[in-house]
Amino acid sequence: MLEVRNLNKKFGDAHVVRDLNFEVHKGEILGFLGPNGAGKTTTMKMITCFISLTSGEVRVDGLDVRTNDLVTRKKIGYLPESTPLYNDMTIQEYLSFVGEVRGLKGARLASRIDEMSQVCSLGSMKNRQIGKLSKGFRQRVGLAQAMIHDPDLLILDEPTSGLDPNQIVEIRQLIKRVGKEKTVVYCSHILPEVSATCSRILIINNGAIVAQGTPDELTAHSSSGGRYIVKVKADQATAESKFGAIPGVSGTTVGALSGDWLQVNVFSDEKQDIGDRIFKCAVDNGWSLSELKRESATLEDVFTQLTRGQ
Amino acid sequence: MNSQTVLSIFKKEFKAYFLSPIAYVFTTVYLVVTNFLFFQGFFLMNQADMRGYFGLLPWVFLIFVPAITMRIWAEEKKLKTLELLLTWPVSDFEVVLAKFLASFCFLSLSVLLSITVPITIMILGKPDMGPIIGGYLGALLMGAAYLAIGLWVSSITENQIVAFIVGVVVTFGFFIVGNTFVTMAAPSWLVPVLSYIGLGNHFDSVGRGVVDSRDIIYYVSIIGFFLFLNVRSIESRKWE
Repeated sequence: MLEVRNLNKKFGDAHVVRDLNFEVHKGEILGFLGPNGAGKTTTMKMITCFISLTSGEVRVDGLDVRTNDLVTRKKIGYLPESTPLYNDMTIQEYLSFVGEVRGLKGARLASRIDEMSQVCSLGSMKNRQIGKLSKGFRQRVGLAQAMIHDPDLLILDEPTSGLDPNQIVEIRQLIKRVGKEKTVVYCSHILPEVSATCSRILIINNGAIVAQGTPDELTAHSSSGGRYIVKVKADQATAESKFGAIPGVSGTTVGALSGDWLQVNVFSDEKQDIGDRIFKCAVDNGWSLSELKRESATLEDVFTQLTRGQ
Repeated sequence: MNSQTVLSIFKKEFKAYFLSPIAYVFTTVYLVVTNFLFFQGFFLMNQADMRGYFGLLPWVFLIFVPAITMRIWAEEKKLKTLELLLTWPVSDFEVVLAKFLASFCFLSLSVLLSITVPITIMILGKPDMGPIIGGYLGALLMGAAYLAIGLWVSSITENQIVAFIVGVVVTFGFFIVGNTFVTMAAPSWLVPVLSYIGLGNHFDSVGRGVVDSRDIIYYVSIIGFFLFLNVRSIESRKWE
């Protein structure tokens, strides 16, 4: 549905997007993740033909956006970062304006507006002036605007910024529902957002892709090993030396809990689970064990690892 | 060109004038100021014509027209709605055209509201209708040229105040170069060029009731030129 090949963008000397390559297929929700200023918004603006590309190629449904821009723009629904809307119009006026510009008319336009206000729960607010709406409603109007013409490709630039947790959940569910039939590109710098909604994630930093894959793949690829949290009843010094001697363990820290309980953090470099060895060690020494848990690297760790200090 | 999109943007732009109080304020101020200035001298002159009225318009438009055009692009840039508008399936030219036509209709409406002036004159005397109709035609043509300039100025800034002031300065520049006290000081070979470029010079003859095709061509080319610059300045976002 969307193909991006060797995409580059330079603003004078600043190389904002470097050799970006990716594809998004129908029915996929792609999370486009990166810290602020990584080039996410610039990439989205190039896909939507707002700015031109320095070099490379963007194809929407097989059509080049440079030569067929009026056609590709019809296939795209776009919600820009700051949700720009005309403040002096009502929701109804605004949606029918967008629909008309998008080429809808008559009964089809009316039914699309009804459908969008239902999907985005705008029903009772239709005659409110946009300038007087709360942030959450503005965001929903922005989404309704992006979907009014039933586009194949939906590009959402930080659609949940500034929303409260309940609204975030609502918008997320809405995007998931839409993503079943459409192609969605979802830009964000908030990780839990993306890991909760997207089927595939692309992490960019300084304009280049640093990692991509499903959320599980990304966490598995993380270079950091595991951390095991163990709660045992044992003598502090013995516990430290015995756990430290387990093959594959790179270090331990021990802290005393109430009673005779100890909390031992066991660090390992190995990708494979060494929980069984830790358990065996405790059993061999006759210690009571109340907790043994592996903390694998979260997506958050992957993200900070990949985007820090470059 | 897609006429439905042009029409829908036109309707939206035209309605936008009436959604904010600015339009009402400016139209009222325009009507009060022109009527006041005109009728001050009207009874002293004791002549049933509107030459005095049309003589005011090039000056009044200097303030009034940039006030109409200042927000058209500057506001879209400031609110970033332009970012969305230009990703819809519309060409840059269609947007420019729709915005220009909407501002022209608004200006025409304001100018037509001054119909009370010829009505008053008709009640008081027997004016020659030719120069009055010609004057209105000329006023609309000249106003459209001012609008095209103001629209272009609005597209190069995101600050409405800057758009207004620069708009006044640029239209004043175009107006003044053809004026006698500039052409008197200019080298003689430049005089015909300057007096041709001057925005007001072509208005005088139309205002006398003489509709000359050269004047119409002049205004249409000024409008075309500035709308072209306008399309280019909207496109310039792609040049970086």
